[in-house]
Amino acid sequence: MVRVATVISMAMAMALTAAVAHAEGATVYQEDKKFSEPEVTIKAGQSVVFANKDPFTHNVYSKTAGMSFDLRTQKSGESSEVKFDHTGESEVQCAIHPQMKMKIKVTE
Amino acid sequence: MRNPKWFSVFMAAAMLPCIAYGAQTMSLEQLKALYTRPTSVPFPTDNPYSAEKAALGEMLFFDPRLSGANYISCASCHNPALSWGDGLPRGIGHGMTVLGRRTPTILNAAWADLLMWDGRKANLEEQALGPMSAPVEMNQELDKLAAKLGAIEGYRERFTQVFPGEGISVANAAKAIATYERTIVSGTAPFDRWIAGDEKAISESAKRGFVVFNTKANCQACHSGWNFTDNSFRDIGLPDGDIGRAKILDLPSMQHAFKTPTLRDVERRAPYMHDGSVPTLLAVVEHYDHGFVQRPSLSEEVKPLHLTEREKADLVDFMMTLTGDNPPVHVPVLFAGPHTAQR
Repeated sequence: MVRVATVISMAMAMALTAAVAHAEGATVYQEDKKFSEPEVTIKAGQSVVFANKDPFTHNVYSKTAGMSFDLRTQKSGESSEVKFDHTGESEVQCAIHPQMKMKIKVTE
Repeated sequence: MRNPKWFSVFMAAAMLPCIAYGAQTMSLEQLKALYTRPTSVPFPTDNPYSAEKAALGEMLFFDPRLSGANYISCASCHNPALSWGDGLPRGIGHGMTVLGRRTPTILNAAWADLLMWDGRKANLEEQALGPMSAPVEMNQELDKLAAKLGAIEGYRERFTQVFPGEGISVANAAKAIATYERTIVSGTAPFDRWIAGDEKAISESAKRGFVVFNTKANCQACHSGWNFTDNSFRDIGLPDGDIGRAKILDLPSMQHAFKTPTLRDVERRAPYMHDGSVPTLLAVVEHYDHGFVQRPSLSEEVKPLHLTEREKADLVDFMMTLTGDNPPVHVPVLFAGPHTAQR
């Protein structure tokens, strides 16, 4: 099961950093139509923040069974957080730019 | 009266520091650098290029015997005389069936990621077999293709040369066709000569249109780079009921989303859009300016542009500079063989 936080602006994301820092496992940026990391590893219960630094929209998602999520369209400057409760490996992609791919490994 | 040379130089210099490109500000020269042509064609490591493989692929591409009724080849719809399309609003297949979407060009397909308007094919090798086997397109049963080609002595010999130890197979036919398709690259266009430094290569209207393309009209958000496409999938607000990529990837943003095509040689490929519903380049500009349908899946990049009539004309003039000096296409002489109606 994956819980997706509502979209938050970059400014709010920074303001909330202190409150959620203990739960955040990694931040992945979308820039120049690429993910900043080809792969990140986090622990179950932690989150990954996807932050759009491009001047156009992205739509990050995963269809991996048991780890699927859809961040919907993220405008430039927006961030979204995805919490992963269970171990596994999620194949992540941008729906708009399918050449953008990365993996999230969730460990104990 | 023509503007004096000093005026043109002044205007170019005045433009230098001021172009807002997305979130960046850059000079015209920096912007032009984003459109430099590549120096080589990419081929995948699991299907590397060879001249012999491309020549075999060329034969297969033009051979109507790869269709069930032996009268439709890949080139029937991807016609080099029509910019590798067919000039129709929608393709026509087996039994004169009118298809659901316009035939896309295969120009510069070597740089494509996913293929087809809805991205349902992962690479050119897969795509080569899709229309070939589709009953409404070439209607060839793939499990009978190898035997059909094997009945032609020339193909038996050629496949053995190109694929030693393997010979004829559906997979090897697809590899050969894909290799040939990757060699189909748009020629050097007046735009390219301007990018390379020839200020006389394109008109002042086209130069203005290039700036509008990259700024107010926001075309570069999708039609970016030397090939004028980032291969992205977006809903651009066309009114038809085709939901496009959403049939393949069931996400809200993919409703009515289609692949962004290249604009290379675009003036040769009317009518436009996935359904051939837009007749001219000016009509395309009008669609993006104010003619699109507002709906939840509409791309955030598609907004009312409020272009002036001059800006619209400049955009069209610019797009027409993308037509390349393409050499005549070689049409192969096919191997003689049995002609039957069997599939």
